[in-house]
Order: sequence, then C-alpha cells, then structure tokens
Amino acid sequence: MKSHLSLIMGMTLVTYLPRLIPQNILTNREINKDIKQFLSYIPYTSLSILIIRGIITTSDKMMIPTILGIGIAGIISYIKGNLVLSVLSGIFLSFLIINTK
Amino acid sequence: MEVKITKEKIKEGMIVALPIVIGYFPIAMAFGLLSKNTDISFRDTSLLSMMVYAGASQFMALDLIAAGVSSGSIILATFLLNLRHMMMSASLAVEFQNMNKRLLPIVAFGITDETFSVISFNKEKISLPFVLTINILAYSSWALGTMTGYLVGEILPESLQSSLSIGLYAMFAALLFPEIKKSKKILFLSIISSIIYILLFYSNIFTSGWDIILGIIISSALGVVLFKKEKESEK
Repeated sequence: MKSHLSLIMGMTLVTYLPRLIPQNILTNREINKDIKQFLSYIPYTSLSILIIRGIITTSDKMMIPTILGIGIAGIISYIKGNLVLSVLSGIFLSFLIINTK
Repeated sequence: MEVKITKEKIKEGMIVALPIVIGYFPIAMAFGLLSKNTDISFRDTSLLSMMVYAGASQFMALDLIAAGVSSGSIILATFLLNLRHMMMSASLAVEFQNMNKRLLPIVAFGITDETFSVISFNKEKISLPFVLTINILAYSSWALGTMTGYLVGEILPESLQSSLSIGLYAMFAALLFPEIKKSKKILFLSIISSIIYILLFYSNIFTSGWDIILGIIISSALGVVLFKKEKESEK
C-alpha cells in the first residue's frame, strides 16, 4: 500500500490555516456593524448551500432518498426540535427507500 | 463555585454535542470503509480523520486518489472546499473574544460545519469549557468512527452504507429548520442562498469550492443590504 503521508500533511495545513487565521485577526478588535451582521448570517447561508449542494451533486439513483431523508429530518426537527431523532429518521427513511426500489 | 460552573458548562456542551456524536459516527464509518476499499492503509485513513478532520474533503480526496490525481491538485481542491471554514471561524471569532487566547489554536482546529452550527445557535452559552466539550466529543466520534468503519464496516449491507452518508445532510437540515421558525429573515436567507448557489453551480464558471464560498459571501452580503433598507423604510 502506498504511503500518503505528504498528501495528508498538505491537506492538514490547507484545512487548518483557514480555521485558525480569523481567530487571530478578528479577536479583540472593534468590528464594523455591517460586517458583524454579515458574519451572523453565515450559519444560515452556509447550511442552506451545503444542503442544496448535497442534493444537486448526488447521483440520479440516490436523488430521491437524499431529498426525502433531508426532508423528513428537517420537518421532524422543525416540529420536535430533536436533532438525534431527526438525523436517525432521515437515515432510516432513506434506507427504507433504497431498499424498496 | 468556579468548578461547579465549569461542570455545568461541560454538561451543557455534552447535551448539545450528542446529536453530532451520533451523526458523525456512522458517516465516519462510511468514510473508513470507503478508504479501505480505495486501498489506503489503516494508518493513513486514521490520520486523514485525525489531522485533516473535514468530512466532505476527505470523501473527495478518496475519489481523487482513486482517479490518480496528483497530490498537489488534491491539496488545492481541499483548500478550496474547506475555505468556507474561514468564514465560519471569522463568524465565531466575534463570539470568542473573551476566551483565553492561547487556547484559540485548539478551539479553531475543531471548527466544522456541524460544531460551528450548534455553537452559533447557542451563542448565549459560549464559554471555553462549553466549546471544548463539543469539539472534543465531535472529534472523538469522527476519529473512532473512521477506525471502526475501516476495521469492521464490511459487515454493513451496501444500502445501509449509502443511507448513512445521507446522515450528513439530514444533520444539516435538522440544524437549519428549527432556526427558520425564529425569524422570517432566516427563511429569506435560506431561500436566497439556495437560489444563488444553484445559479453559481449550473453556471459552471467556478470550480467546486469557490462556488460554495462565493455563494456564502454573496447571499450573506445581500442579506446585509436588503435588511438594512427594510429597517430604514420602517423608520
């Protein structure tokens, strides 16, 4: 088996630096109100984009189980607010759909 | 007194982290198993999860390794895909201003889509013990799940493996939907960012990774501009 050590080191570096740098730049400074607002919207925009990306980049075969799995997880968490139940329901429903085809 | 408060914060962190722990484990197992099938050693598979610690890019790396893509290109693709964490880290840095600076490098390492989301949605609870508890538990689940998947994942039927990888997106949705209830602004931001991302994706101008970052920047900036106008017209 080939060793991928140098690849892993490279991937580690380019993943860690973007996580680290903003902490050093932004800490303990006055931040513009608009920028603060902008940063506070990121949780919502990034999650929405990751969900949509998951749907449109999946294979044709997995499209329906993916959409319904995401849908049921979203609906259950919307009503019940229970993350564990929602995620497990999403996995379970997509499992059922994949198997009934 | 101090100790008691810290204990309480750790407990709060554990409660908030539980869904991530339960969600990460099967997804990490799927990764470990796929890595084994891509002919990558147990050591390298474990190191990917323990050092890179970024799910989507790890799955992508397996695809690219299998396709014979050069290490340099894989590293560049990883950089682009994970650059979104920079936005998330910046968003959290504002909330972390009162934390011990020396520990920030450790806290920063643990920022993932999921830990970022639960921490952002529990802003009033943010403290070092709270955040560290979430990070450590999520990390352990990811690392242990990977190893478990590599060693024993083959016993799972293929259809279960596929549905486990959907768990990642189910978790994104489960994090986002209750927030939509809180304000129309959030619903609007979700819709607008989805539309913008779809446009960016199908325009095919930007490589994967850049389209995510641009989508986040454009839609968040649009939110700032539009909600500002709304406020002014209310006056």
